[in-house]
Formats: sequence, C-alpha cells, structure tokens
Amino acid sequence: MLQRIIRARETLLLGAILVLIALISTRFPGFIAPSNLARVFNDTSPLILLAIGQMIVILTRCIDLSVAANLALTGMVVAMVNLSFPGLPVALIVVLAIALGTAMGMVNGLLVWKLAIPPIVVTLGTMTIFRGIIFLISDGKWVNSHEMSAAFKAFPRAEFLGLPMLSWTAIAAVLLFTVVMTRTTFGRAAYAVGGNPHAATYTGIDVGRTQFWAFTISGALAGLTGYLWVSRYAVAYVDIAGGFELDVVAACVIGGISIAGGIGTIGGALLGALFLGVIKNALPVINISPFWQLAISGAAIIIAVAVNARANCEKGRIILKSAEHAA
Amino acid sequence: MSPTDQTSDARSAIPDRLQSQLEQRLKSWESLLLLVAIAIFVANSFASPYFLNAWNLSDATFNFTEKAMIAFAMALLIISGEIDLSVAAIIALASTAMGAALQLGAGTPVLILVGLGTGLLCGAFNGFLVTRMGLPSIVVTIGTMSLFRGISYIVLGDKSFQGYPSDFAFFGQGYVFWVISFEIVLFTILAVIYGIVLHKTNFGRAVYAIGNNPTGALFSGIRVARVKFILFLLTGLMAGVAAICLTSRLGSTRPSIAFGWELEVVTMVVLGGVNILGGSGTIPGVVIAAFVMGLVTFGLGLLNVPGIVMSIVIGSLLIGVIALPRLWTMWRQR
Repeated sequence: MLQRIIRARETLLLGAILVLIALISTRFPGFIAPSNLARVFNDTSPLILLAIGQMIVILTRCIDLSVAANLALTGMVVAMVNLSFPGLPVALIVVLAIALGTAMGMVNGLLVWKLAIPPIVVTLGTMTIFRGIIFLISDGKWVNSHEMSAAFKAFPRAEFLGLPMLSWTAIAAVLLFTVVMTRTTFGRAAYAVGGNPHAATYTGIDVGRTQFWAFTISGALAGLTGYLWVSRYAVAYVDIAGGFELDVVAACVIGGISIAGGIGTIGGALLGALFLGVIKNALPVINISPFWQLAISGAAIIIAVAVNARANCEKGRIILKSAEHAA
Repeated sequence: MSPTDQTSDARSAIPDRLQSQLEQRLKSWESLLLLVAIAIFVANSFASPYFLNAWNLSDATFNFTEKAMIAFAMALLIISGEIDLSVAAIIALASTAMGAALQLGAGTPVLILVGLGTGLLCGAFNGFLVTRMGLPSIVVTIGTMSLFRGISYIVLGDKSFQGYPSDFAFFGQGYVFWVISFEIVLFTILAVIYGIVLHKTNFGRAVYAIGNNPTGALFSGIRVARVKFILFLLTGLMAGVAAICLTSRLGSTRPSIAFGWELEVVTMVVLGGVNILGGSGTIPGVVIAAFVMGLVTFGLGLLNVPGIVMSIVIGSLLIGVIALPRLWTMWRQR
C-alpha cells in the first residue's frame, strides 16, 4: 500500500511542487506564508476547474480545445445580462452560466457522438465559432467594472472560513468529481472507454454517450468558470482567457493524464494545475520576466509527458513490436 | 472508437458494381470542393465590384500562400497519422532567429539560411521526441508550441526586430512577372513537388501505408520511424520557408507573429479532404482548400466583414464539410 502511494505519479508531482515552493522560498521567504499560498491557490482556481473537465474529456480519448472560448462567451453573456438586469440575483446568474456552458459542451458532445467527427476537429471549429459569437453579440465592446453590479462582482471574493468563494468552488468541484470518477458508473465507464473502447462496447457501455457526457461536464465547468473569471477580474471582452485552453491541456498532461485515454485522476489534474499556478505566481516574485512563463510551461509539458511515458512502459516480453512503440 | 470502425467496414465491403473512373472523379471530394470554390468566386464577383481586378486578386493570394506552404507538409504528416501544432511557433522562432542574425550584421543569404535552419532544427526536435521517445505528437507539439514561442518572447519581450535589408523584401513583396508574386510562384512549385512526392513516389506510398496501418507498414519493411522523422523535418522546413516570406512581407518580427496559424493550417488540410485520423487525402485537395479559404477571407474582407467574424465562417466550414456528408449518408440510410 505504502509502496503504491510512493510510486504513484501524483506523489512525485506533489514532491516536485513542494521542492519548487521550497526553492522559491529560499530567495523570497514570504512566498510560503499561508496567506500567500492561499492567494496562489485562489489565483489557480479557474485553471483547476477547467482542468477537471478537461481531464474527464481526455480520459475518454477526446480533447476539448473550446473550453477557453466557452468560458469567454459565457462570461460575456452573463456580464451583458447583468448590464441589462442589474437586479438579477447572483444565484440565477450562476445557474445561467452553468446552463450556457453545458449547452455549448453538449454541442461538442453531439457532434462527436452522433456524427463521429474527430474531437480535435470539432473543438477547433467550435473554439473559433464561440469567439466569433462573442464579437457579434458584444460588437467588440468591453463590459467594464463600473457597469457591473456590486453583487455580481462580490460573489467570488466573498470570504468563508478565510478563503474566497472562488477557492471554495474549486475545492467543491475537486471533491465532487473525485466521487463521480471513482464511485459512480459514469466514472467507471469513462475509464473503460478510454482504456479500451472496443472492450467497453462489448461490456455494454455506449462509448459515444460517455464521451458526450464528458464534453457536457467540461462545458458546464467552463461556463461556471466564465462567470467567476469575469466577475473576479471585473471585465469582459472578446479575448479574455485567450490561449488558456493550452494551459488547461498542459495542466492535465503534467498531472499524469494520458492523452491516449484511460489513465489519470482528478488529483493529478489538481496537482498539474497547481504546478503551473505556482510557477506563474513565483516568476515575478523571484524577479524573472513574465515572458519566461510560456517557455517554462512548454518545457514542463515535454518533460512531464516524457517522464509519464517512461513510467507507463509495459514490462514483459514483447514478441511483436508494434509500430507506435518502434524506436 | 466508432469512426475507425466505420472506415474499416467501408474498406472491407465489396461493391456489386464498380464505378467508372469518370463517375469516381466527379463524385470525389476534390470536385465538390472545386465547385464550392467556383461558387464563392462567382458570389464574390457579384457582391463586390472590386473583386474582379488582377491586382486585387493577386493581393488576395497573400492570404493563403504562406499557410498553404506549411499545409502541404502538414498534409503528409496528418496522412501518416501524426500532427504538428507547433508550426506557427516555429515561424515565430525562425523569424526571431533571423532578426537576431540581422542584429549581428547578417546579409540576406545568411538570413535565409538562418530561417531554414531554425525550421529544420525545430522539426528535428519534434521528430526526435515523437519517433525516438515514442511520445504522442499532439502533446509533444502542444508543448513545443509553447516552448518555441516562449523562447521568442524571452528574446524579444515586448520589443521587435526591424530594418531588414531591401533585397530581403523580395520574398514577401516581390513580383516575378506583372501581377504574379514570388510567393504564388513558390506556392505553385511547392504544390507540384509535394504532389509528385505524395502521389508518384515510394515515399508517398509509404506515407499512406503508415497512416492506414503503422504496424502493417513496419512488417512490410517500411522504416516507419524514419519516414515520420523526415515528415516532421519537412514540416519544420516549410514553417521556416513561411517564416522567411512572412517576415519579409511584414518587414518586422514580433513574438506574436503568425499567432493562431496552426489552426488555420490544420483547417486547410482537413478542408482539403485529408482524414484527420490519417491514411487518406490528396495534395490537389489541399490546393483547392487553400483557394477556398483565401477567397472566403478576401471576399468577406471586401465586404468590410471584421476578421473575427470570418473566423466563424472558417470554423463552420471546418465542421460543416465533415458533418454534411455524414448527415447526408445518415439521411439516405433511413
């Protein structure tokens, strides 16, 4: 049991994050102050939320590149709704955001399920379409802080037991989806579909339907994050979270989720996101230009996927070498 | 996955009557696409009086020539079952390398070598990670996409390289003859070369074989890893060529150069009828797809449609061209 925990990739990643934090604190001791670590966690919460959805999608052998565009479109819509009806309660706004995100996720899911279009093509397409729709509905204009109602902006900042609601949302999502992925038939089905779609079909699992629900969950989380993002930064425009989908995929890959499907945990996605979050927050503290961030996360993806591939190498005698593993 | 099931069923099915060659040609993806291209061309010339003008049309080709050069190599790569999402980042890095060489006083020939060399190096790096280390190309190239562009950002930050020599401007701005630009000539030559390589050589045969069944290809004596490595090299090289043309056309280098192009290149390839799962596709299809995308962008531009709205059209085109034939089959099977 203990050996299994030590060998798990999550432990390795957690170790890497702790070493990273320790290294940073040697140059800037204030970084390990609990209040600062809480701030880093809060800052990483949107990435955690999206990484959870992306993890489920990748688990079923798909990929969702439209999450950032979904987030931006939902954010713009709820910001404009707030602009027109400032009296609308925040609970209703949150429901609207989740519903919108879910609908967009379902569009992706239906195209993958019913028309069997490769997921990368579907989400590349919907990504550009969603961004374009933001421009159409907003006319390229911004919704600024002073145009949003106080209640709209207050929710993600409201503190509960010392942590902002944004952090609590991420924590709740991690707990909820850990249960969903390990304790429900959907979770089992998602692992089965990713591990071996043919075998999953023979055991009576509908592969397409499972992928559809994975996309729907990813969309719902992206919608929720859309509201949180816009209200936290108190601004909505066409390009918010531009390119963020790659950070999300990066978080998953670093978290040990196999892009070939079937392997990965919610904990891995959480740690992968935190790893990127710590780097992002540490760079300005230790006086490295923020321009380094892109290259560092790129290098982290490559190293992570190489390490994971080594760990996944099946032991035993290979009689017929398959071309994919040909050296 | 269900899509692979469908194609393997279709392949193993034996038809009771063979189609004539002419019938096959007419029903092919390429002729459908050509029809779309002609329709867009006609619609455009009715929609705007400025469309049918030799100089305007010549200008319009700059919309797609650079992307199409990469799309040729990308088509081969996708047919072989891999993908390279780092091409736009390679352009950024190659352009930055050329800018850096310029600061050290390099002349045009050296700039060209630096651009091509950087492209080859980046392609070799991708190819090494995919074929030697056995990593999935989609993750590797998402990683190198951040890495390559990240290096550009480290070098340049919010600054830019400018002041390229005047004879360097020929590659992106020069005309060979009347309205025929250097880029369209290069585009044509590359289209012919890639068409011959893919459709008339052993190497092209090997690319199809690998895409259809990599293990089968390995057992029939094809050096799968080597072919794939060469394809990554070629894609990197083409990104280098595109970097030279684009840098020369813009006359400056910023780290955000060619941002988001990888998606347009992939769209072009898929629109051209190349199966994203590998195994099938043609160069003529990609050429027509390049024209379709160029004409749509140019036509909408003449009508003062903003660029981001064009991206809706491109995105719908990407999904639509794959979805419509499938919807049609589903409807006919009812």
